[in-house]
Amino acid sequence: MNRRIVLALTAALLAPAGLAHADDTVTIGVLAELSGPGAPSGTNWRDGIKIAVDEINADGGILGKKVKTNVYDTQTDPQVSRALAQKAIDEGAYAIWGTVYSGSTIVNMLVAQQNSIPQFTGSEAPAIVEKGNPFIFRTSSGAQKGVPSLTPYFKDTLKAKKVAVAWVNNEFGKGGHDVFVKQMKDVGINVVADVSSEQGQTDYAADVSKLKESGADAVFVYMNQEESARFLIEARKQNLTMPLVGEVTLTEAKVIDLAGAAANGALAHVGITSTATDNPAIASFDEKFKKEFNRNPTHDALKAYIGAWATKYVTEMVGKFDGQAFADKMHGLCLKAKDYPHMALDTCWDDRGEMSRPSFMVQVKDGKAVVIGTVPAN
Amino acid sequence: MSQLLQVLLSGLATGSIYALVAIGFTLVWQAAQTVNFAQGEFVMLPAFFVLAGLHFFHMPLWAALLLGVVASVIVLGILFKKLVVEPILPSGGTSLVIATIALGIFLKESVKEFYGAEAQSFPSMFPGGTFHFFGAVLSVQDILDLVFSLCVVVLLTLFLNRTRTGRCMQATAQNPAVAEILGVNVKRMILYTFLINAVLAALASFLITPVYLAKFSNGETLGLIAFIAAIVGGFNQIRGALAGGLLIGVLDNLTATYVTADYRAALPLVLLIAIILVRPQGLLGTSEGRSV
Repeated sequence: MNRRIVLALTAALLAPAGLAHADDTVTIGVLAELSGPGAPSGTNWRDGIKIAVDEINADGGILGKKVKTNVYDTQTDPQVSRALAQKAIDEGAYAIWGTVYSGSTIVNMLVAQQNSIPQFTGSEAPAIVEKGNPFIFRTSSGAQKGVPSLTPYFKDTLKAKKVAVAWVNNEFGKGGHDVFVKQMKDVGINVVADVSSEQGQTDYAADVSKLKESGADAVFVYMNQEESARFLIEARKQNLTMPLVGEVTLTEAKVIDLAGAAANGALAHVGITSTATDNPAIASFDEKFKKEFNRNPTHDALKAYIGAWATKYVTEMVGKFDGQAFADKMHGLCLKAKDYPHMALDTCWDDRGEMSRPSFMVQVKDGKAVVIGTVPAN
Repeated sequence: MSQLLQVLLSGLATGSIYALVAIGFTLVWQAAQTVNFAQGEFVMLPAFFVLAGLHFFHMPLWAALLLGVVASVIVLGILFKKLVVEPILPSGGTSLVIATIALGIFLKESVKEFYGAEAQSFPSMFPGGTFHFFGAVLSVQDILDLVFSLCVVVLLTLFLNRTRTGRCMQATAQNPAVAEILGVNVKRMILYTFLINAVLAALASFLITPVYLAKFSNGETLGLIAFIAAIVGGFNQIRGALAGGLLIGVLDNLTATYVTADYRAALPLVLLIAIILVRPQGLLGTSEGRSV
């Protein structure tokens, strides 16, 4: 009898403690490409979240609850990412942050949608917001918004009559390629070479050779990070002299690190960049990231950071942890940087979860991405 | 015309590195009558030894490269023979093949755990710069890759055919029992073979990683292509491995340039099937009789 009383008392004492612990935190599922071809993106995504979560928790958490993240490695495999999205939800995720690779997000966002879980993605394939999923939100503009920002550059600055496109044949690459080719057609620029490559491809000798022979005035390069670096190395080896212009990845820190001097001169339109240190929020993030991880943050790190802070801001507007209410609030919402400083720039989402935000043109000079202009939100 | 020349020369440069890796398959086959399915990882690993020297011990490049060779000789030569081949070989070739597959996974995952999954930049042994050759632009790196690989193959062939040690190694490869009766130190010859394979793997690693970047998973592609190159050229002939490597390098670039890039990953497999159907011993290989 005494043992029963002791057990009952112990259980009675422990139960509220457990509940109190559960009530003190809100769990977020982080889906990231921590291995496989997408590892450069995924690790930066995870690390950007780490900076944001530390700040959010220091700022009192979300609605007074500390943020706890469960991090899952998708291995850059869409089917693994889908299973892990379900696992994150089964483990009590209020929201999901990730994935970065479009091929994965297209698959795993259906799981989040079925469970009414808000999801911030770093993916940029147009198809992601065209599926009618009310729970998906971008942390950077999709290719259908970012790539057109380059059109005036090709037309007016480079005055190109003939262009070539070199792209990676995955969901991300195909999205950007299709938008670019249509844009060029619309403004009367002839696409004289269309060179696709495979994800994880190592030898770009044939690709660069074809581009050289094309007689193009400039090349649009739309590949993931490692592929971009290998492409730039081969382009330098073969002395490819035409301007290499990319969208998002071509000039990011990891590519510059991998390609070294071969990256010099490359140009890109980027949704957001840690080199825009005139912006106080970006400068603060850049400094914290370098201190924490001893390397330069990529745009994926910044996208993740902004997605995490947007989760806090919007949840506190709604006043409760309710996925449906969160999604309803997000559609048509604009967060001004002066009111929500961690957003860095004025940011809006439309009724499909597509993002609008001012963006940047950068060029690699002496091994560093330098902002050479800004592009208004479209 | 200049494009064709460009594609041919670039293909030869890449193919010569495949050849170095393929020769490793041939050597291990001759020494232990087994296929080393960790050969791709044997090429991946030396680059990380060098990076460890550069980043953790802050060595100059030449010293880090030397460290890479020494560490490769110890790990991929001596330890591979002592800890994997010798204990498992008595259990049969199949057991050893499975062991090399496991070893490949172990090496790959170890590098991933230690260095992370992201690719790392890797310094080139050679200076930058380009040469113009009938309209084709060739980098110093490509030219020296090709020259370096061909020199290594020629020297290796001369060593095996013109020196006493080399002939003893060949005798051991052809028939260890008879070689031992004739006074050849079979164990030592087998060890030499593994050491040469380790050095070749290290050289291939140093040549290819500045372009491919250092990554834990590099061995997957390299190992597969080199394995196919060895079979296509003739698994029991060093010159066959060279021919197979060069052929795949050139055909890959020609196909991607003039036919389609969409199926270039399948090209080595198509070539493999075609060669097996027409000439099972490979282009330059010789038929081997086996008693069962």
